[in-house]
Amino acid sequence: MNFLSLFVLIPALMMMGLFVSKNRKQIQFVMATGAILLVIMSAAVTYMYLTERAAGNLATMLFTADTVWYAPFNIHYSVGIDGISVAMLLLSSIIVFTGVFASWKIDPLPKEFFLWYSLLSIGVYGFFISVDLFTMFMYYEIALIPMYLLIGVWGSGKKEYGAMKLTLMLMGGSALLLVGILGIYYQSGATSMNILEICKTNIPIQAQYYLFPLTFMGFGVLGAMFPFHTWSPDGHASAPTAVSMLHAGVLMKLGGYGCFRVAIYLMPQAAHELSWIFLILTGISVVYGAFSAIVQTDLKYINAYSSVSHCGLVLFAILMLNQTAMTGAVMQMLSHGLMTALFFALIGMIYGRTHTRLITEMGGLMKIIPFFGVSYVIAGLASLGLPSLSGFVAEMTIFVGSFQETDTFHRVLTIVACTSIVITAVYILRVVGKILYGAVQDKHHEHLDPATWYERLSVVTLIVAIFAVGSAPFWISSMISDSVMPVITQLAK
Amino acid sequence: MDYSSFLQMKEEFSLLAVMVFLLVYDIFASEKALRYFQPIALVLFAAHTLLNCVPREAFEVAGGMFQYVPMQTYVKTILNVGTLIVLLQAHKFLNEDTNRIKRGEFYFLTFSTLLGMYFMISAGNFLMFFIGLETASIPMATLVAFDKYNKKSAEAGAKYILSAVFASSISLFGMSLIYGTTGTLYFNDIAVLFTGTPLQLLAFVLFSVGLFFKISLVPFHLWTPDVYEGAQTNITSYLSVISKGAAVFVLFTLLVKVFVHIIADWQPILYGLAVVSITVANLFAIRQQNLKRFLAFSSISQAGYILLAIISGTALGMASLVYFVLVYMFSNLAAFGVISVIEQKSKKILMSDYNGLYQTNPKLSFVMMIALFSLAGIPPFAGFFSKFFIFSAAVQQGFYVLVFIALLNTIISLYYYLLVVKAMFINANETPIETVTSDVPAKISFVLCTVGILVVGLISTIYSQIAVFSFGI
Repeated sequence: MNFLSLFVLIPALMMMGLFVSKNRKQIQFVMATGAILLVIMSAAVTYMYLTERAAGNLATMLFTADTVWYAPFNIHYSVGIDGISVAMLLLSSIIVFTGVFASWKIDPLPKEFFLWYSLLSIGVYGFFISVDLFTMFMYYEIALIPMYLLIGVWGSGKKEYGAMKLTLMLMGGSALLLVGILGIYYQSGATSMNILEICKTNIPIQAQYYLFPLTFMGFGVLGAMFPFHTWSPDGHASAPTAVSMLHAGVLMKLGGYGCFRVAIYLMPQAAHELSWIFLILTGISVVYGAFSAIVQTDLKYINAYSSVSHCGLVLFAILMLNQTAMTGAVMQMLSHGLMTALFFALIGMIYGRTHTRLITEMGGLMKIIPFFGVSYVIAGLASLGLPSLSGFVAEMTIFVGSFQETDTFHRVLTIVACTSIVITAVYILRVVGKILYGAVQDKHHEHLDPATWYERLSVVTLIVAIFAVGSAPFWISSMISDSVMPVITQLAK
Repeated sequence: MDYSSFLQMKEEFSLLAVMVFLLVYDIFASEKALRYFQPIALVLFAAHTLLNCVPREAFEVAGGMFQYVPMQTYVKTILNVGTLIVLLQAHKFLNEDTNRIKRGEFYFLTFSTLLGMYFMISAGNFLMFFIGLETASIPMATLVAFDKYNKKSAEAGAKYILSAVFASSISLFGMSLIYGTTGTLYFNDIAVLFTGTPLQLLAFVLFSVGLFFKISLVPFHLWTPDVYEGAQTNITSYLSVISKGAAVFVLFTLLVKVFVHIIADWQPILYGLAVVSITVANLFAIRQQNLKRFLAFSSISQAGYILLAIISGTALGMASLVYFVLVYMFSNLAAFGVISVIEQKSKKILMSDYNGLYQTNPKLSFVMMIALFSLAGIPPFAGFFSKFFIFSAAVQQGFYVLVFIALLNTIISLYYYLLVVKAMFINANETPIETVTSDVPAKISFVLCTVGILVVGLISTIYSQIAVFSFGI
C-alpha cells in the first residue's frame, strides 16, 4: 500500500471517528486532528517530491503504486503524483483545514455535516492522486453527491434549488465525461486505464474529434465554462461557508486539472485542432463572469461570478497549449483556490454577524469589525492582482504565456481576456468601498462580535498562504512547469 | 433411461424438499409448534441457499431438456439471497393476527415461483422453459392477490394474471411458430436451424414478448405500476427483483444461445426498447407521489439499463448483467424494505409523508438514502460499479450513442431519487412519521442490504468470480 493512499484513508478514518463521537467536543477534536494530519501529510509529500526531483528522478509520475482492481476491465487502483498534483494536494489540505475551522460551530447536526464534508474531501484527494481513468472518475463522482446534502440541509436562501441545480448539472458533466473515458479506453486499444499507459498509444484522430469535446466539456462543466457555468452562482450562493470554500477553492479545480490531465494530455491532435472553440467559450467566461459580478448585489453572487471569471482564465490558459501559459494556469488554480476560499470564509463570517449579504444594506464595517475588514481588503487586492500577492504571479504568467501565441486569433482573445483585470478591479473596489467604508447602514450593525480564535486561525492561514505563493513563487512555478513538460512533448508529437 | 441423472438437479430438489417439509409441517404441526414455523422456514431456506452456492461442472439431464452451466448457480444464488431478504422483511407482516393463518401459503407460493424460475433458467427446451415460466407466473398472481380483503390487492391480482396469461399465450404462439419452422424445441438444435427467415423473425418477436412482459419493458410495462401499488409491499419487492432478475438472465442466454444467428435483428429491437424504457419510465417516475409506484417506474428504467448489458451479447456483457442484478437486488430490496416497515407501522406511503423522516428514523433514512444513491449509480455505492460495467460492456461493442442516451437519463433519474432524499433530509415537517422499531429479521435484512451495497462494489473478487463463468457469443 502506497503512502499516497493515506490522503484517502485519513478522511475515511475521520468519518469513522465522527461516527462514534458523541458530542461537539469530540467531533471538533476528530476534525481538527484529521485536518492537521492532512496538512502535515501534504507538506511532507511536497518535501519528498522536491528532494526526489532534486535527486534527478525524471519519471512523469513519482511514488506510483499499482494494484489490479477489476481485471476484466483492466481497472487498476493506481496512484502517483507530479508537481501539479502536489500543488493541488497542498491547496486541498489548506482549504480543508481552514474549512473545518470556519465551520467550527456549525449548527444543526454537526456530526452529519462533517461526515459529508469528509466524504467530499475523500473525493477531492482521491482525484488528485489517481492516475487511472476509472478511479479518477469515481473520485470525481464521490465529490459530487455530498454537495447536494451539504447545500440542501445546511445552506441558506434558495438552497433546494441551488443544490439540485448544482448536482444535476455536474452530473450532466460527468455523463459526458463517462462516454469520453470509455471511448478513450476502447479507442486507444490500451490494455489498461492508466493515463500513463494510454498516452503511449495513439487514439485515432477521428475518434479524438468527438472524444476531446466530450471530455473537455465534461470537465469544463465543473470548471464553470460558459455556457455551463450557471450552477456556480446559485450553488455557491446557497452553500454553507465551508462548502463554498471547498467547492470554489478545490472542486472547481478538478475541472481544470481534468482538462489538462485527460483531455489535452491524451488527445493532443484534437487539442490543437479544436482548441479554438473552447478558447472562445472560455474567453467569454472570463469577460462575462467579470461583467456579471459588477451588477450583483449579493456578496456571494459577486464572488461566485468572479470565480467563473477566474476559473475561465484557468481553462483559457490551458488551451493556449504552451508551457508558460499552462504553468500560469496551475498557478491560477492555486491562487484562485486560496483567495476565493478566503472570500467565502469572510463572507460567511460577516453574514453570521450582519445577517445580510446585500452590499446595499451594509456599510462602514471596517470600523466595527476591523479584522474582517482588513482581511477582505487583502483578499480583494489578491483578486485584482497586486504584486507580492498570489493573483499577480498567476495572471502575469498566464498573459505572458498567452502573448507567445502570435497569430491574430490568439492575440485578439488574449487582449479581450486581459480586460478582465480592469473589470475585476471595478467590482472588487466597489464592494470594498461600499461595505467597509462610508456610513454604517444599519443600526444593528454598530455592535458586532469581534472575530473568534477559530475564525482568526482560518483567515490568517489563508492570508499567509496567499502571501507565500505571491512573494516566493519560484519554487512552486518551477515545480509546476517541470510537470507541464510531458504534456508539451505530447502536444509536439 | 437413467433416472439417477435426475439427482444432479440438486438445487431444484433441495428447494422442493424445503417446500414439501414446510407444507407438511404447516398442516400437521400443533399450534405450539407452529409458533416456530417462520424461524424454521427461514433457517431451512438459508441452509438451502448456502448448500447450493458452489458452482459445479456443466451437465444435461433428460436428453437436454435441462441444461446446467456453472453460471446458473450464481444466478440462482442471487435469487435465493434476494428471496431470503424478502422473507426476512415479510416476517412481521406474516406474524400479524390476520395473516398468521396464511403464512404457510405465503412461503409455499413464494418457493413455487422460485422453483419455476429455476427451471426457466436451466431449461434446454422450449417446453421446459414454458413450464418454468408458468410455474413462476401463476403462483405469483396468487401472491399479488394475497391480501384478499384489500380491493386494490385483488384488483392487482386480476390485472397481473390477465396480462400474464395474455403475454404467455403470445409467447406460446411464437414458440409454436419456432417449432413449425425448425421442427424441434431443443435449444441446441434450434440454434443451428434458426437462420432468420421472415417467419422465424415473426416467431422470435412473438416469443420474446413474453419475456419482455416479465421484465416489464416499455411498452409491455402497463401492468407494472398498478400491480406494484396494489400488491403487498414485500410481494412487490419480490416481483421487482427476483422475477425480473430471472427473466433478464434467461433473455440473455436465449439470445446468445438460441437466436445467435439473428443478432443483427435483435440488436436493433433491444436498442429501441432500451431507449424507450429508460426514457419513458424516467419521465413518468418524476411525477409519482406514491413511493411504490415511484419504485415501479424506477425499476422499469433499471430494466432498460439492463438491456445495455444484454445488447452486447458478449461474455463481458453477461458478467456485467449478473453483477448488475446482484447490486440491483440489494439496492431495491433495501428501498422496498424501508417502505414496507414504514407502511406497516403508519400506513403511509406518499412521498410527502416522508418529509422530515430523518428526525425520527435516522437509520431507516440512511438505508433508504444509500439504496437510492446506489440505484442512481453514485460511488462509492455498488450501483456505480454495476452501471459503469454495463456501460463499458455496451461501449466495447460500439454503442456510443445508446450509452450516451442512457447517461443523460441517469441525470433525470438522479433528480427523482434526490426528491426522496430531499423529502427525508431537507423538507421540514411538523408531524413526521413516528419512530419505527423493526423486528429482528427485518434488521438482519437491512444489515444484509447495507453491507451488500457498500461492499459488493469495493471488493472486486465478487465480480471476478462471476466473470469466470460468464459466456457470450
